[in-house]
Amino acid sequence: MVVDDRPSAGPRAKSAGPGPSRSARRRTGAAQPYSLYLPAGVVYLVIFLVPTAMAFYFSLTRWTLFESQFVGLQNYKDFFAEQSLRISLQNTLVYAVVTSLLKVVFGLLLGVMLTSRLRTTGFLRSVVFFPVLVSTVAVGITFSVLLRPDTGLVDKALALVGVSGTDWLGSAQTALLSVALVDVWKGVGLATVIYIAGILSIPQTYYEAVAVDGGGAWQRFRHVTFPLSWPATYSVVLLSLIGGLRSFDLIWTMTRGGPGFSSDVIASIIYKQYQAGFYGLSTAGNVVLFVLVTALILPLSWYLGKKEVAA
Amino acid sequence: MKISHRRLGGAVAAFGVALTALTACGSGGDSADGTVELSFLVDNSETTLAQANAVADAFNATSTDVKVEVETRPQGTEGDNVVKTRLSTGDMSDVFWYPSGSLLQALNPAQSIADLTGDPVLKDVEEGFLPVVSQDAKVYGVPIGSGTGGGILYNRKVYAELGLQVPKTWAEFTANNDKIKAAGKTAVISTFKDSWSSQLLVLADFYNVQNAAPTFAQDYTANKAKFATTPAALTGFAHLNEVNAKGYQNKGFGSATVDQGMKLLLSGEGAHFPMLTFTLPPLLKDNPEAATDLGFFGVPGTDPAKAGATIWEPAAVYAAKDTEHLAEAKKFMAFVASPAGIDAIKDISAPTGPYRVKGAKLPDDAMQAVKDIQGYIDAGLTAPALEYLSPVKGPSLEQITVAVGSGLTPPAEGAGQYDKDVEKQAEQLGLAGW
Repeated sequence: MVVDDRPSAGPRAKSAGPGPSRSARRRTGAAQPYSLYLPAGVVYLVIFLVPTAMAFYFSLTRWTLFESQFVGLQNYKDFFAEQSLRISLQNTLVYAVVTSLLKVVFGLLLGVMLTSRLRTTGFLRSVVFFPVLVSTVAVGITFSVLLRPDTGLVDKALALVGVSGTDWLGSAQTALLSVALVDVWKGVGLATVIYIAGILSIPQTYYEAVAVDGGGAWQRFRHVTFPLSWPATYSVVLLSLIGGLRSFDLIWTMTRGGPGFSSDVIASIIYKQYQAGFYGLSTAGNVVLFVLVTALILPLSWYLGKKEVAA
Repeated sequence: MKISHRRLGGAVAAFGVALTALTACGSGGDSADGTVELSFLVDNSETTLAQANAVADAFNATSTDVKVEVETRPQGTEGDNVVKTRLSTGDMSDVFWYPSGSLLQALNPAQSIADLTGDPVLKDVEEGFLPVVSQDAKVYGVPIGSGTGGGILYNRKVYAELGLQVPKTWAEFTANNDKIKAAGKTAVISTFKDSWSSQLLVLADFYNVQNAAPTFAQDYTANKAKFATTPAALTGFAHLNEVNAKGYQNKGFGSATVDQGMKLLLSGEGAHFPMLTFTLPPLLKDNPEAATDLGFFGVPGTDPAKAGATIWEPAAVYAAKDTEHLAEAKKFMAFVASPAGIDAIKDISAPTGPYRVKGAKLPDDAMQAVKDIQGYIDAGLTAPALEYLSPVKGPSLEQITVAVGSGLTPPAEGAGQYDKDVEKQAEQLGLAGW
């Protein structure tokens, strides 16, 4: 006889306990509660569902705002034939991965530091969180000035250690990474806050156990803080990955996808099509981006979620 | 299968109403004392707005029954989209200021703009201007303000100091550049942060293209000629590449802006700037010396006897097709395109090139660069830019020219990329033969 030794999936798997069952409740006066959904449903329909459906339709048309002509999948063909598409796909992935990795690393480090018993913790927390509050466009413009060759503050500071004259945003080799680093600077505050919450929710008993076993700071981090802040890591990775895949504002204000096409991402290509008046093509690009983000995030979220249960 | 938007059913109507509510200010109406108020939509750049207000004030001073109110919209592509949205929802102002040439073609004028063909409103307009405001042999607009020269702005003091002559061929230009570089100055200013400015060596070379291949514009529109396979058209890309390869550019050109470029040129640290002359008048307030220190020459070609320049036509004023005050709108447009209308603008904003109104002359104190352009016009050595002869202009040209001008893409490859870009645009516009 085979014994089913799988662990129970917890309270969710069992019935809701005493009282009438759900289906029984649903049968009594079914229409009335649903009518309460109606106002919200209408708003949802008009503001979200109709435009979404229209977007899918217009992505199949040549659309000048004056009139639209059904062209089937031609826009998708055109979008995939876009010469900067390959580099922008690559850039989008590089950008998303680099920014989320760095946000995890720095967010975790800062989180650990800011939950320790430093005297200036409150002040430091606000300093780290401050960039999150500033408008992205303002950050982009500010850093464009700071990163100028020769006159920019960054170049002047680097000149002290003998590195000078790099055109951080104007050179194809450095443009994308420069923007990514600014993105990390701006976003790490949020990651840190998530980590602080995660770390503070770890019960002290685990740390006491490490102390009893004679472990030091590294062991505390390695065996308690890092594994038990997994839910925070999960949130940070997902949030910054989605943000990174859709990122547009910072790239647009700092480089406009340039020089040439070297820092183009998918969102900036879509915007350029819209600027050029190719509304159907631009909408097709949006549908592609939607599918791409969904295709990457759904499995990742499922995978990370599974690990969370395991941890 | 073409669907007119007004037939797309309730959902679109609801969406349109929402858009209207967001973007509209409504068109003008009749006020209590019987005067008709015309709304006049212009972009909010300082120069445009000043000129629009000046011409509206001058018109209002002479007119008792019609008053013009200026209304603004954003500049650039954002503003283009505002114009398109308002035209397509039937919510346009009575008259509006918008570029001529290929940008007009995208407005679908037959459906959205009042037809002026054969109307007396055009009486003072130079015939040469009409093609750039026409589609299918119907005329839709009247010129406002002055045209613009596209070519090389140069610092005349640097030229005097180094004993240089205005070049008549690209070889002479290169020789000048070598001397300027040897003197420790920037020979050719590039400002690729404002990526539109990277297109000038290609677009302003069109005068030379037309000399070498007179039917290029027609063939190009008909999908019979390509940049990559027409040697004369390819030259612009080669020039861009050469400027980069020979190290003529300023340091940090990749992140420099047009404003910084103009400063370099004015100070004499840079000698040449491939540019449009509309950038000059705003300089005059703080740098009156710009009027005499800066000169202009067309992008040099191969034949010294035919050294000429490419001209960008003035923008135009159009009337919305569904305006309730077409007669009054035409009255205002006739004033805009008359010597009196030009006089009103002349004092507010220095001209950047020729006027396209019969009897309107450049003032004596016009900037040297503008006089240089007039010299080319008087000698009959100009051509309009390609975008005024053809509705086809790919939107990615500026990124491609930045890549070629930064040495990232070889010139032939850049021209090929542009041909593909153009193909996409022609398809999206639904042009015949693509």
